[in-house]
Amino acid sequence: MLLDALPLAESSNLLAAREQMAFTLGFHIVLSCIGVALPATMMVANYVGLKRDDRDAMELARRWSKAMAVTFAVGAVTGTVLSFEFGLLWPQFEHRFGSVFGIAFAIEGIFFFVEAIFLAIYIYGWKRLSPWAHFWSGVPMVITGIGGAFSVVAANAWMNQPQGFTLDAAGKVVDVEPLKVLFNPATGYEVPHMILAAYMVVGFLVASIYAVGMLKGRRDRLHKLGLVIPLTIACIATPVQLFVGDTAARKVADHQPAKFAAMECIQRTGTDQTEYLGGICTDDGVKGAIGIPGLDSFLVGWSTDTKVTGLNSIPDDEEPPAHTMLHLAFDAMVGIGTALLALGAWFGFVWWRKRDIPQTPWFLRAVAISGAGAILALWCGWIVTEVGRQPWIVQGYMRTSEAVTEAEGIWFSFGLVLLLYAGLGTGAVLVLRSMSRRWREQGAENVQSPYAPQTEEVG
Amino acid sequence: MSKADAAAAILWVGATFYALFGGADFGGGFWDLTAGWDERGQRPRDVIQRSLTPVWEANHVWLIFVLVVLWTAFPPAFSAIFTTLYVPIALAALGIVLRGAGFAFRKSIVGLRERRAMGATFAISSVLTPFFMGTVVGAIAAGNVPAEGNGDAFSSWLAPLPLLIGAMFVASGAYLAAVFLVGDARRGDDAEMEHYFERRALGAAVVAGAFALAGLFALHSEARYVFDRLTAEGLPLVVFSLLCGAALLAVLLRGGRRLLRPLAAGAVIAVIWGWGVAQFPFLLPTSLRIDQAAAPDATMTIVFIVFAAAAVVVLPSLGLLYALAQKDLLEAEH
Repeated sequence: MLLDALPLAESSNLLAAREQMAFTLGFHIVLSCIGVALPATMMVANYVGLKRDDRDAMELARRWSKAMAVTFAVGAVTGTVLSFEFGLLWPQFEHRFGSVFGIAFAIEGIFFFVEAIFLAIYIYGWKRLSPWAHFWSGVPMVITGIGGAFSVVAANAWMNQPQGFTLDAAGKVVDVEPLKVLFNPATGYEVPHMILAAYMVVGFLVASIYAVGMLKGRRDRLHKLGLVIPLTIACIATPVQLFVGDTAARKVADHQPAKFAAMECIQRTGTDQTEYLGGICTDDGVKGAIGIPGLDSFLVGWSTDTKVTGLNSIPDDEEPPAHTMLHLAFDAMVGIGTALLALGAWFGFVWWRKRDIPQTPWFLRAVAISGAGAILALWCGWIVTEVGRQPWIVQGYMRTSEAVTEAEGIWFSFGLVLLLYAGLGTGAVLVLRSMSRRWREQGAENVQSPYAPQTEEVG
Repeated sequence: MSKADAAAAILWVGATFYALFGGADFGGGFWDLTAGWDERGQRPRDVIQRSLTPVWEANHVWLIFVLVVLWTAFPPAFSAIFTTLYVPIALAALGIVLRGAGFAFRKSIVGLRERRAMGATFAISSVLTPFFMGTVVGAIAAGNVPAEGNGDAFSSWLAPLPLLIGAMFVASGAYLAAVFLVGDARRGDDAEMEHYFERRALGAAVVAGAFALAGLFALHSEARYVFDRLTAEGLPLVVFSLLCGAALLAVLLRGGRRLLRPLAAGAVIAVIWGWGVAQFPFLLPTSLRIDQAAAPDATMTIVFIVFAAAAVVVLPSLGLLYALAQKDLLEAEH
């Protein structure tokens, strides 16, 4: 009896720990995108503001920096929670691979530190630093955002494509090659994929806020600029992202065939594989999907003769779970990305012809939902990466079930985390909304120049 | 000095910075909590907020630094600590979330009631978080974390020594903060607040000293190895800390302002390094030595490079931030 119950208790801990990790990571990833990509968006507005003496652009930079003060603070605590969770939820992972995996995080620490410092100088330096000194105090954030994203995603890439370490007979790490760890085969596509995703999330999200404002009739110049600057950045990132993502999928087919088979619902190894859009994955094939014969093989190797591994060739205990979810997540990510590409093409075409945004409310409506769409695509991508790697935490070397803590009360802690984060998310949204209301009440005409000396000159 | 010992020293350097800046930051929250809820508390609370706002985020990155260096350079120690002390660690993490959220939201909220609720969340978690962190340190010093991990989840830290160290963490944070705030109030030409924090610095110094003394007795009975080394190899540091504390009291009682901050910092730094010397060569007394827990050499090299980068890039940036804040070039209100 007792022995029968044991595996259940164990797997229950594993499930709770995985759910908590997924939830806290999903929450944090949106905030980290803001930390990675908002600085560049802000610096563009700040630069335009200084160069062309454009008060609206300057006001946008100031508002975004105040909003970032809130998201960065929340992101800093949710990020701290993640570093605690490595020990609280996955102590055996750290025990065995901390000396390898930690390298990237140690480097990330420096980038994060510098970003926190210059963010503080930038946010609180609006009034008393000289305009250009203030501008330059913001520039390091653009670099540290990219550097930080590189380090963290390189660590994740290593979990997908582990290399650069030697194990002894007992499985203990006895030698490490840091450069091989950092520049593992997955780094080359995971890192740019994530950095571009951050720029897309931030660009579409910020633009969507101003699109909603314009739909409510606030059609002043500030709103239009607030839509055009971030949307342009996102629309430049999107086509590059589709190219990088396409490359990434081919690499995954090569490096992690089990993940690829699950996300594409490929049941049997062979050539001439059908590409399925949507549908439910079963052992007898895909139900209710649109199938394009041969396309999957073609996309993997530019020929329908390309052999693609199916789930039947993967040992049962190395197969990822939840095939349908993985498949739909992958399709949703690609589908949303394609829709955002179309939105960008529309915007780009009209801007090229008329030097203006499309004048139909349908354009504003599309932009208004693009932010939520980009975040959804981001989550779907991480579901494919993380759930698709299961049952491994370190592909081929360590199972997630071996890494999990034996501590009790993980379901309880997960419940508490849900409550706490619900409060955190609500609080952040309420605070941002109240800031926006206050700015609106000040009125666009009464907007103060953020740099005090200029106000005096003008006033 | 072996590579592993050097990495342990780096860990202690990070812990020192965290104790100084993070500790003072928590201490600011302590004085916020005790300032009183009505109008009376508004003035000290304003001084605290002005002083903390530009630097509080940077102050807490040291914690991440310590965690990452611990799991990278000494993975077995990290997992042993986290599988044993997960209760106080999770409570400290909870406190960090509440505190950060409370502080960030408080500034941006207009409604008085919400502002108070956020302020209370910030202030209460400012006391609980360092307390639980102190119990973790106390439990490690007491030898209650077995090298193989999974030690007792409750008796490991619910013992006199860990609880005393927890209280000492809160008191020394309050002491550091009060001393720093004396200077900040003085810079703001606020003689009344200067005097207000001066009295509190005195009180906190006495309380922190009392906890430290009680801690010595608890060390004697619960952590004999650490006690013996602290009173032998670590003795100069203990004496130095006492001298700093006594000098600071003397300066304060005579109404002086010179050297307040270096003396307060000196007292805390000496205690942290005294603890390090007393534990040496163990990370987890007396079951896991530094060299037993050490990561491979190449990993240590990366830790050194990162530390050098921190010294070259982070410290000057941090210096710039503190300098700008001290020159009032950063505006806390927005």
